[in-house]
Amino acid sequence: MTQIKMTVNGKSASADVPDNTLLSEFLRENLRLTGTHVGCDTSQCGACVVHVDGRAVKSCTVLAASLDGADVTTIEGVANGKELHPMQAAFKKHHGLQCGFCTPGMIMSGIDMVSRYQAEGQALTEDAIRHELEGNICRCTGYHNIVKAIEDAADQMSAPAQAAE
Amino acid sequence: MSDGIGARVERKEDKRFITGKGKYTDDVRVDNQAYAAFVRCPVAHAKINGVDSSAAMAMEGVIAVHTGPEMKEDGIGDIITGWSITSKDGSPMQCGVWNPMVTTYGRYVGDAVAVVVAETQAIARAAAELVELDYEELPASIGVEDAFQDGAAQVHENVPGNLIYDWEIGDEAAVAAALEGAHHITEMKIVNNRLSPNPMEPRSAVAIFDEAEDHYTLYTTSQNPHVARLVLSAFYNVAPEHKLRVIAPDVGGGFGSKIYIYPEEITCLWASMKTGRSVKWTSDRTEAFLTDAHGRDHVTKATMGFDAEGRIVGFKTDTLANIGAYVSLFATVTPTYLHGTLLSGCYDMPAVYGNVKAIHTNTVPVDAYRGAGRPEATYSVERMIETAAREMGMDPAELRRKNFITEFPYQTQVILQYDSGDYHKTLDMAQDIADVAGFAARKAEAASRGKLRGLGYSTFVEACGIAPSAAVGSLGAAVGLWESAEVRVNPVGSVEILTGCHSHGQGHETTFAQVVADRLGIPVDNVSVVHGDTDKVQFGMGTYGSRSGPVGMSAIVKALDKVEAKAKKIAAHTLEASEDDIVIENGEVKVAGTDKSMAWHEIGLAAYIAHNLPEGMEPGLKEAAFYDPLNFSFPAGALICEVEVDPETGVTDIVKFTAVDDFGNIINPNIVEGQVHGGVTQGIGQAMLEQVVYDDDGQMLTASYMDYCMPRADDVPSYALDHNATPSPLNPLGVKGCGEAGAIGSPPAVINAITDAIGTNDLQMPATPLAVWTALQNAKSSMAAE
Ligand code: FES
Ligand code: FES
Repeated sequence: MTQIKMTVNGKSASADVPDNTLLSEFLRENLRLTGTHVGCDTSQCGACVVHVDGRAVKSCTVLAASLDGADVTTIEGVANGKELHPMQAAFKKHHGLQCGFCTPGMIMSGIDMVSRYQAEGQALTEDAIRHELEGNICRCTGYHNIVKAIEDAADQMSAPAQAAE
Repeated sequence: MSDGIGARVERKEDKRFITGKGKYTDDVRVDNQAYAAFVRCPVAHAKINGVDSSAAMAMEGVIAVHTGPEMKEDGIGDIITGWSITSKDGSPMQCGVWNPMVTTYGRYVGDAVAVVVAETQAIARAAAELVELDYEELPASIGVEDAFQDGAAQVHENVPGNLIYDWEIGDEAAVAAALEGAHHITEMKIVNNRLSPNPMEPRSAVAIFDEAEDHYTLYTTSQNPHVARLVLSAFYNVAPEHKLRVIAPDVGGGFGSKIYIYPEEITCLWASMKTGRSVKWTSDRTEAFLTDAHGRDHVTKATMGFDAEGRIVGFKTDTLANIGAYVSLFATVTPTYLHGTLLSGCYDMPAVYGNVKAIHTNTVPVDAYRGAGRPEATYSVERMIETAAREMGMDPAELRRKNFITEFPYQTQVILQYDSGDYHKTLDMAQDIADVAGFAARKAEAASRGKLRGLGYSTFVEACGIAPSAAVGSLGAAVGLWESAEVRVNPVGSVEILTGCHSHGQGHETTFAQVVADRLGIPVDNVSVVHGDTDKVQFGMGTYGSRSGPVGMSAIVKALDKVEAKAKKIAAHTLEASEDDIVIENGEVKVAGTDKSMAWHEIGLAAYIAHNLPEGMEPGLKEAAFYDPLNFSFPAGALICEVEVDPETGVTDIVKFTAVDDFGNIINPNIVEGQVHGGVTQGIGQAMLEQVVYDDDGQMLTASYMDYCMPRADDVPSYALDHNATPSPLNPLGVKGCGEAGAIGSPPAVINAITDAIGTNDLQMPATPLAVWTALQNAKSSMAAE
C-alpha cells in the first residue's frame, strides 16, 4: 500500500492504494471518474488518455503510486464550468463521435497535440493529425470527423492568442 | 422545420460523452459489489476431468469458485441458436451442444470452464490463475478446409464430419446449363478473412440478485436487451421475464458482437444468486479476442459465365463457412439467407446458385459482424465481375453497366425482390467525383515516381431492415423481426419516444427525435428517446442489420399516426371544426384556412385535464405501435477506390476513396455520413489490415492490438461521399438503412484497386505489404516463365 496525494481536476485527492494500482484504476475506482475508459491491455487504444502535469499520458500505463504530487486532468475536468472546451465543442459540431467510448481519449489527445504544435509554432495539418492519432483507436467514426474536429478546434484554440496580439 | 427530417442536427446525446459522463456497464458499481473472472480452456480441444479450486479458495478475498456441472444441476439451460437451417436433402441441421460453462469438453481456447467470484477484480483474476484444470488434450480441427476433410478431428460427437448443414439456394441445373454454353468463364477461389469485431468498449455485465423479491437485474453491453431477457428467461432458465430486468445503458459500439447472450452474462446472473452478491465481470481485450463472436471466415469457389456481349449468363458459388466450436445466435442464417440471397448483386443474372456448407471447428463461434453475410456475397460478386472484365479486356465499369438491373421491383433468382434503385446514375456520380477520366494521367505521373496506381470499383446492393416476420419464420427464424414504439405526449406537450431499438453509437436520440419534430413541428429538444431498459420499454428486437431506420422508425411513424389522429379529434372538438379540416404545422394544430388554432402543448394539456374531450374519448395522449416490415429494403452504392502501391515494399496507400450511396431518404446527413465513414474504414481494415490468426494447435496468435491490426487514423483517407436517393416505396419514411453499407461494399473496391495496380488478380485479404509484394513477385516470375 502506498499513500498518494495528487491534484485531479483542480481538487486534491488522496488515498492508500495497492502499489500495483494503475492511474486508470485509481481514477475510475477510487475517484469514480469513469469518463476515463479502458479499451485494451497493451497500451494501444488510447481510450484512457489523461493529462499529467500538462502532458497526455495513457493512464493504463502509469502506476498511481508513482504520481504523488502530480497534477492530473481528466475528461471531466477540461470544460470551464458549463462552457465546453473548444475541443469538446468541435467534436460535437463535427459529429466526431458515435458510441463515445474512444471520445474522452480522443479529446484529451486532441487538446495535447494542438497545444504542442501551437507551442512549437507548427502547423497542424491533416497528415500531422492522422499521424499524431496513432495511439488512439476508434472503431466507429473512421476518423474522418475526428480529424475535422481537431482541425477546427485548433483554429478555435489559437483564436484568443491571435486576438490578444 | 429546421430540426426535421433531412436536417444536420447536432447530436443530442453528445454532451454526456464529450464531458465524460456517459454511463457504460463497467461504470456501474452497486452496493455489495463482487467481481468475476473466468477460468478458460487453455487448449483448443480437451476433456476436462477435474477442476481444483483449493488454492484459489484459500486466497483472501475469494468468495466462491463455480463450475459448469453445478450450473447444469441448477437447471441453467444450454445456449441456443435462433435460426434452423434445413440442408438441401431436407434434413435438419446438426449442431453441437453449448453449455454456458464446460461440463465435459472444452472446445476452443477461451471456452469458459469455471468462474471465480471475489471481492475485487484483481483478486478474482489472480485467483483464476490458481484454479488448476485436470484435462486431457484431444485432437482439434482449426481451419475450415481442414475441418471438412475426411478424418478431421470431430468437434462434437453428434455432428459427423463437422458438417452442420449443406444448404443450397437457386437453380443448380439452370446455372450448369448456362455455364456450359458460356462464351467466357471466370473462376476464382475467394477467401473472406476471419475478423474480430472489436467494439472499443469490451463486453461487461453487472448482475444483481434481490433475494427478497426473487428478482434479477442485469446491466449488460447489449444491442438488444429484450432479446437478451427473452432467451435468459425462456431458454437459460435464469428467471421468468417479469423477474428479470435487463438494462443496456450506454454501449460502446457493437457491430454485431453484442447481439448475442454469452456464457459470461448467464454465469454472472446465476453466480449472483449463488453468492448473494452483485457480480460484475468486465472483459479485458485479450478475453474479447478469445471470446467475442468473430465474423466472416468463408472460403468460396466461384464461377461466373458471360455471353459474347458480356452479359452474365450464370453464377455459381460453393462456400465453406466456419461456424466455430458452437452455433451462436445468428450464426446459421449469416452464411445462408443473409449471404446466398445477395449473390445476384446489382446485376440481372438469369441463373444463380449458391451452396454453403457450415462447419464446426475448434475456434471461437463465428456469427454476424457488421454486414453479416452480405459483405461475403458482395466480395465474391464484385471481385468476380472485375476479374472477368480484365480477362475479357473490357472496362470494369462498362461490364457492370451492361448487367445492371434497371427496372424495379426486381425479382432475383435467389428469393429477394429489390425495392428501388438507380444504379447507372449512382455509378455516374461516383465516376465524376473520383475523376475516373483523369485516372490515366495520374497513373502515368505515379509511374514516373516508380509507383503503381490502381483503381477499383464495387457496385453493390444489400438487404437491410431485417425483417418481415412471417417471411423469416418460413425460412427457419425462431423470432419475428418487427419493432415496437410508444409515443407519449406529456401534458406540457413534450414527447417521449420509447423504442425497442438500441443505440450504441447510431444516434437514435437525435434521429428519432427528428422524426417526431418533423411531424409535430416541435423542437428536437422537446423530444426524448427512451431505450435499453426492459422495465421502461415493453418489448423490442434491438439494433442490428441496419433495421432501426426502416423498421424502428417506421414503428414510431405508426404510433405518431395514432397520436396525430387523436390530437386532431381533440382540436376539432375544442375549436368546433371538422376533424378533416385540422392540420398540424409548426407546432400548431389549426383549422386550415382560418386563424383558429391551438398550440401543441394546449392539445397535450387538454388531453390530460380531460375537462372537455369529445364524447367517449379516453383521457391522455399516448400511443403504441408494432411495425412489421413488408420486405427488406435495398440500399445500394458505387464505391471507387484509388491506390498507390510501392512495388519495392508492397506498401499501399489509399489516395482517394469515393462512396455514392442510395440509402433512400435521409433523416440526418451527418449521422448517415458518419456511418459510411466508419463502415468503409472497417471494410478497409478487412481488406488491408485485419485477420484473426490461429496456429495449427488452435492458439490465437492475434489476441491483442499488438498483433491484430486495427485501422488507425493514418491508415485511411478522408472520404468523398454523395447520395443518390431512390426512396424505398415499402416503408412510410422511404428510408433504406445505412449502418452496414460501408463495410459491405468497400473490401472489393480496395482489392480491385490493388490488383489493378499490381497487374495480377491473385491476391487475398488482408492485402498487407507482404501479401502485395509477394503477389507482385509471383506475377513477375509467372510472366518470366511464360
Ligand atoms: S486502455 Fe490505455 S491504451 Fe488502451
Ligand atoms: S466513437 Fe465509438 S470507438 Fe470512437
